[in-house]
Amino acid sequence: MNKIWLIIQREFLSRVQKKSFLIATILVPLIFPAIIGGAVYIMIKEAETAQPDRLQVLDESGRFKLESNKRFIVVPVTGPIENAKKVYSETEDFGLLYIPSTDVNDPKGITIYTKESQSVEKIGRIETMLNDIVKDAKMERYNVDKETLKDIRNTNIDFSQINLSATGEEKSSNTMILYGLGMTLGILIYMFVLIYGIQIMQGVIDEKTSKIVEVIVSSVKPFQLMLGKIIGIASVGLLQFTIWIILISVVSTTVLGYFGLKMPQQQAMEQVAEQMQDEDAKEAMSEQTKAPAAQFVNSLSQIPFTKIALVFLFYFLGGYLLYGALFAAVGSAVDSQQEAQQFQFPVTIPLLIGYMGLFMFVVRDPHGPVSFWLSVIPFTSPVAMVGRIAFDVPGWQLALSMLLLVGGFLLTTWIAGRIYRVGILMTGTKVSYKVLAKWFMLKG
Amino acid sequence: MNALITQDVTKRYANHTALDQVSITIPEKTIYGLLGPNGAGKTTLIRIINQIINKDEGKIEIFGEPLQEKHVGMIGYLPEERGLYKKMKVGEQLLYLAQLKGLSRKQAMERLKVWLEKFEIKDWWGKKVEDLSKGMAQKVQFISTVMHEPRLIILDEPFSGFDPVNAQLITEKILELKENGSTIIFSTHRMETVESLCDHIALINKSKKILEGPKKQVKAQYKSNTFLVEHRGNNFMFPADRYELIKQEPLEENLFSSTLKTREGIKGNQVIRDLIDITEVHSFQEKVPSMADIFISLVKGEGDEALKKHLQEA
Repeated sequence: MNKIWLIIQREFLSRVQKKSFLIATILVPLIFPAIIGGAVYIMIKEAETAQPDRLQVLDESGRFKLESNKRFIVVPVTGPIENAKKVYSETEDFGLLYIPSTDVNDPKGITIYTKESQSVEKIGRIETMLNDIVKDAKMERYNVDKETLKDIRNTNIDFSQINLSATGEEKSSNTMILYGLGMTLGILIYMFVLIYGIQIMQGVIDEKTSKIVEVIVSSVKPFQLMLGKIIGIASVGLLQFTIWIILISVVSTTVLGYFGLKMPQQQAMEQVAEQMQDEDAKEAMSEQTKAPAAQFVNSLSQIPFTKIALVFLFYFLGGYLLYGALFAAVGSAVDSQQEAQQFQFPVTIPLLIGYMGLFMFVVRDPHGPVSFWLSVIPFTSPVAMVGRIAFDVPGWQLALSMLLLVGGFLLTTWIAGRIYRVGILMTGTKVSYKVLAKWFMLKG
Repeated sequence: MNALITQDVTKRYANHTALDQVSITIPEKTIYGLLGPNGAGKTTLIRIINQIINKDEGKIEIFGEPLQEKHVGMIGYLPEERGLYKKMKVGEQLLYLAQLKGLSRKQAMERLKVWLEKFEIKDWWGKKVEDLSKGMAQKVQFISTVMHEPRLIILDEPFSGFDPVNAQLITEKILELKENGSTIIFSTHRMETVESLCDHIALINKSKKILEGPKKQVKAQYKSNTFLVEHRGNNFMFPADRYELIKQEPLEENLFSSTLKTREGIKGNQVIRDLIDITEVHSFQEKVPSMADIFISLVKGEGDEALKKHLQEA
């Protein structure tokens, strides 16, 4: 036990003391907000400074009365079209919209000429403007007056979802938030398992190629070495992850604070406090003002964050241990990184299935049969279950999944240990699955 | 007491037997040469003693106790394929390896200081192994093998990679360790090392032990009663009832070199006495087989007669 502890310490310290660890740990949480912040900043700036584009319009039908707006300055030009094209090509204008003489109820042959390929967004806007005119014309034809029209356009229903639990308790739930949360957690586990699993494999290959392994296993059992390495690297991952979460929270709070916004949790807390202070005020609040933002915050406050965090941690470690052992076995079987590719692939496939299942099934239909199986089978459950967990998974399913995961990593660790103890001492062997099976069967 | 006894140790793999009922006895405070061609099973035996792999059959005793996990701290092992953590600093690395062998950090620190001083490499403490030359790394590895003061030290080809100066240094340290009571197992192909250092030897060939014993005794066993004599003139006969002339070559100025095989039981002095009467003896020497001769003949699988013939002609 004492020796495993020594190995854990070495694996941990030798990684944490590297400069690359320090850089990755500090830079990653800064890079993401920086990129997002930068993009948002540029978008805002662009929106502020954007000049409307000049759009030349040649309307031969005379029915499309386009008006200038924030985006486009409509410049009517005269035909014929050949002439207009020539004139347009000498200007710096955005484009030339050609509307031939056509039936406004069923317009045909409308064309926009531009100098280079333009953004889909801008072209789409022009199309919408034209569509609106056609729609208006149709409405008028059916005797719908302008006010009615405006009212129809401004339709925006208020739709909310409430989960009725067995106890009759009501929980409002915002599916979009749960969707996002499940997705994020699933992706995090996938990335963690893959990144640190490969680190284990690399570590094993390093020990094998540098030949130190023979010295080490003359002092400790190969299984102890494998376990020490897996746990040591897990602690590196947990440390890095914790630092990331803290740094990201601090950075985003600071950044949001700078823009005068608040973190969702804070908002929720304040909201609750406010509600408790004056029930009357809440009563008085009209349904209208309470609308979307408050609802968003309300559903946030109803997500069981503590439970999710605990479940996440469990699957984070469980999934890592399950795959970590397999990665260690792969590392022990080969002599170089390149050789590892062929065995690395089958190990990552189930993980990848879980990852793709997360997108295709779990977050879309969290209680469907595929999602159920994905979140119960140990190889996919770490990714799939955390994707589901925000959507109130029945207790027995969670218990079954956890139990199977524990069983799963005990099994993979046992199998991997048997391959590892032989593999680390074998160099220059051409390894196939048959050879691996032979190693596994080898007694004592 | 014996440092190590293996009794009928056998290890089988799917297609071959790596060790076939190997029994050796290693007396305490000796240097024991484990000899054999490549692939004979030496490394398998060493790995079994180090508990890196398990034996299939047989018994092993270390200093009178059946070999168990707790004994790893009593053994120091220098594998043929040397290796250290390349990115780790010398000091940290040695502390780590010593602690894995069961020393406390404090103990390890004290011993390490002594050893770095002995090898005059105190200023290497903070250097990474990847920045050391091959010879320097070998020294570090040697220290890691002996730092926990093991009672049994197993050295697999200890001199490969050392220049003559450092090889001499290592030899001194090995003899010093023996003086201090350690038992040393040498696995090597280098016969001059065996000649100069080993007290006992065992020869393993094709998974079996084919020879074991104190070096002197082994050599005596293969002594072939052969003498090399330089003498003047050759117009005489060696007494045919006692001597058989195997080879005679002329040297310069009527000098000849003769290889004589004597009848069983005739000692060197008797030979000289016999020769003085019939010729003028210039030099006289008993032909003792070298370890290399014995090794080669046994491994080639020559029978006893052929072996003796080979040794005579060598």
